[in-house]
Amino acid sequence: MSKDGLSLKDEAAYSRTKAYLKSVVGFWNVYRSNRMGMVGLLILVFFIAVAVLAPYLAPYDPNQVFASELLQPPSWSHLFGTNEAGQDLFSQVLYGSRASLTVGFAASIIAATIGTLIGITAGYFGQLPRELLMRFTDFFLVIPALVLMIVLASVLGSGLTGVILAIGLVGWTGTARVVMSQTLSVKEHAFIEASRTSGAGAIHILRTHVLPNVMPVVFAQAVLVVANSILYEATLTFLGLGNPNQVTWGQILQFAFISGAITTAWWYVLPPGLSIMLVVLGFSLTGYSLDEIFNPRVRKI
Amino acid sequence: MVNLAYFAKKIMGLVFTIFLVLSFNFYLFRILPGNPFTLLFRGAGLSSQAMHDLNVQFGLDKPIWYQYVVYLRNTVVGNLGISYQTRAPVSSLVAFALVNTLILLSVASVISFFVGIFIGIVAAWKRGSKVDVSASATMLVLYSMPTFWLGIILLFAGVIYLHLPVSGMTTILGQTGALPQFIDLLRHMVLPLLTLVLGLTGQYVLVMKSALLDVFTEDYMITARAKGISNRKLLWDHGFRNAILPMMTLVSLNLGISIGGAIQTETIFSWPGMGLLIYRSILARDYPVMQGAFLVVTIAVILANFVTDMLYPLLDPRVNSQ
Repeated sequence: MSKDGLSLKDEAAYSRTKAYLKSVVGFWNVYRSNRMGMVGLLILVFFIAVAVLAPYLAPYDPNQVFASELLQPPSWSHLFGTNEAGQDLFSQVLYGSRASLTVGFAASIIAATIGTLIGITAGYFGQLPRELLMRFTDFFLVIPALVLMIVLASVLGSGLTGVILAIGLVGWTGTARVVMSQTLSVKEHAFIEASRTSGAGAIHILRTHVLPNVMPVVFAQAVLVVANSILYEATLTFLGLGNPNQVTWGQILQFAFISGAITTAWWYVLPPGLSIMLVVLGFSLTGYSLDEIFNPRVRKI
Repeated sequence: MVNLAYFAKKIMGLVFTIFLVLSFNFYLFRILPGNPFTLLFRGAGLSSQAMHDLNVQFGLDKPIWYQYVVYLRNTVVGNLGISYQTRAPVSSLVAFALVNTLILLSVASVISFFVGIFIGIVAAWKRGSKVDVSASATMLVLYSMPTFWLGIILLFAGVIYLHLPVSGMTTILGQTGALPQFIDLLRHMVLPLLTLVLGLTGQYVLVMKSALLDVFTEDYMITARAKGISNRKLLWDHGFRNAILPMMTLVSLNLGISIGGAIQTETIFSWPGMGLLIYRSILARDYPVMQGAFLVVTIAVILANFVTDMLYPLLDPRVNSQ
C-alpha cells in the first residue's frame, strides 16, 4: 500500500490519467498560439452551437408554410426572407446546419476507419500487401471522385444515408496514404523491434504501439475530410441525390435553382452558400493547424 | 533512351485498371433494387409471361458470368445500351457530350495552369508579402465554396450586370456566318469558364509555390547564388525549370477534380456536356446513361493519366534511370 492508501494499480491509473491530462493541456497550449487554428475552431464552435440549439433559435418550424408570403425578401418577421413555397429561410438555414454537420462527421468517420485500416495494413505487413493496397488506393484516386459518388449514391438510394456512404466510401484515400507513410516510419523505431523480440504478436504491436502513434495524424486528416465531405454533401444534394423532404443547405440551393429563383432572389441563395463556405473554412483551418502540430513533415514548409 | 520495362509496367497497369473499372461498372448497377424492366417501364404492370420473355430476349436468364462476357463484348464495340428516358443510344449521347465538355475543360485547364504558375511564382518569390498572403487567403476562400454556388453567383451577376448569355453553348436561331457564331460561342463560354478557372487555379498556385520553395533550398541554388548569378536567371533557369515538373503531374491528377467542377458548372449554365448529361440522368434516374457516362469519364481520366506517365520520363530524365 502506498502512502495515500491507494493500491499500486490505482496509482498507476492515476499517474496515467495525470500524464494524459498534462499532454492534453500541453497540446492546447501549442494549439492556442496558432491564430488560424483558433479562428477555425471558433467558427466550428459557432456552427455546432447553432446545430444543437436550432429548435430554440429558429423562429418557425422550417416546413411551416406562409401561403401569403411567397418568395418575399428579408423582413423583421422573416430575417432571411421566404422561399417560393412560403417557408421561412432563416429557420431552414439554421436547421440545415444539422444535416451538413451530421453528414460531414459520419462520412469522415467512415473514411477515417477505412483509411486507417488500409494504411496500417499497407505500412506494416511488408512489400506485397503494400504494393496491392497502394494500387487499390491509386485506383480510387484516379477515378473522378464526384462521378463515383454520384453513381454510388444513386445506387445506394437517395437521402442522407446514401450520401454519407457514398462520400465515406470514396473519401478515404488521403488518410490511407498518410497513415501508410506514418506507419512505415513508426515501424523503424527501436521500441517496435524490442517489442517484437520479446514475443509480442502483430496485433498487439499494432494496437499498443502503431495505432497510438498514428492516431494524431488520422485525427488531423479526419477534420480535413469533414470539410471535403460537407462540400460533397452540398454538391450531391444540389444535383438531386438528397432527400427532398430533408432540409439541408444543398437542398435549399437545389430548390432555389430548380424554381428559377436564383436570378431574382439573392436572399434565397446567399445564406446557405455562405454557411457552407464558413463551415468548410472552419474545418479546413482547424485541420491544417492540427496537421501542422501533429505532422512534422508539414511543419517545416 | 527508352526504358522498355517502365513502359511495359505502365501498360500492364493501364490494362488492369480499365478491367477493374469495367467490372466495377458491371456489378455496381446490378445491386440496384428490382429488375431493369421494372425500371424501364416505370412499374407499369407487366405480366409474368411478358417479363419472362423480356428476360430471355435480353439474356437476363443466363448465368451472371455469361452476362458479364456479353457486357464486356458490347462495351468494347461501343454498345452502351439505350437511355430509359429518350430511348437514344447511350454511346451517341455520351460522344456528343464528351466533345462539349472537352472544349470547356481544356480551355479552363490551360488558363488556370498558366494563371496558377504566374501567381505561384509571385507568391514564392515574395514570400510573406501582401501579395502572397492575399493570394493564399483568396484561394482558401475559393476552395471553401461549392463550385455550383460560385456558378450561381456568377450567373446572377451575368444576368443583372454583364448581360452575358447564361444558358447553353449557342443562341438558338441566333447567328449566321462563322465569325458571329464563334463570337456567340465565346460569349456563352465566359461565365462557365470563369467559374471553372476560379475553382481550379488554387491548386496550381499552391503546388507551384511549394515546388519553387522546395527548389530554393536545394544545394545547387545556393551554389548558383554564390556564383553571383542574377536573380532573374536564378529564378528562371535554375528555379522554374525544376519546379515545373510537379505541375505537369498535377494536371493529370487534377483531372478528376476538374471533372467534378465541370459537372457542377455545366449544370448551372446548361452547357450540353457530360455534366449536364449526368445531372439529367440523376433527375430521371436514367441508369444506363449514368453508367455509360461514368464509364467514359473514368476511362478518359485513366487514359490521360497514362499519357502523362508516358511523357514524364521525357520531361524528367531521372525517372528513367530508376
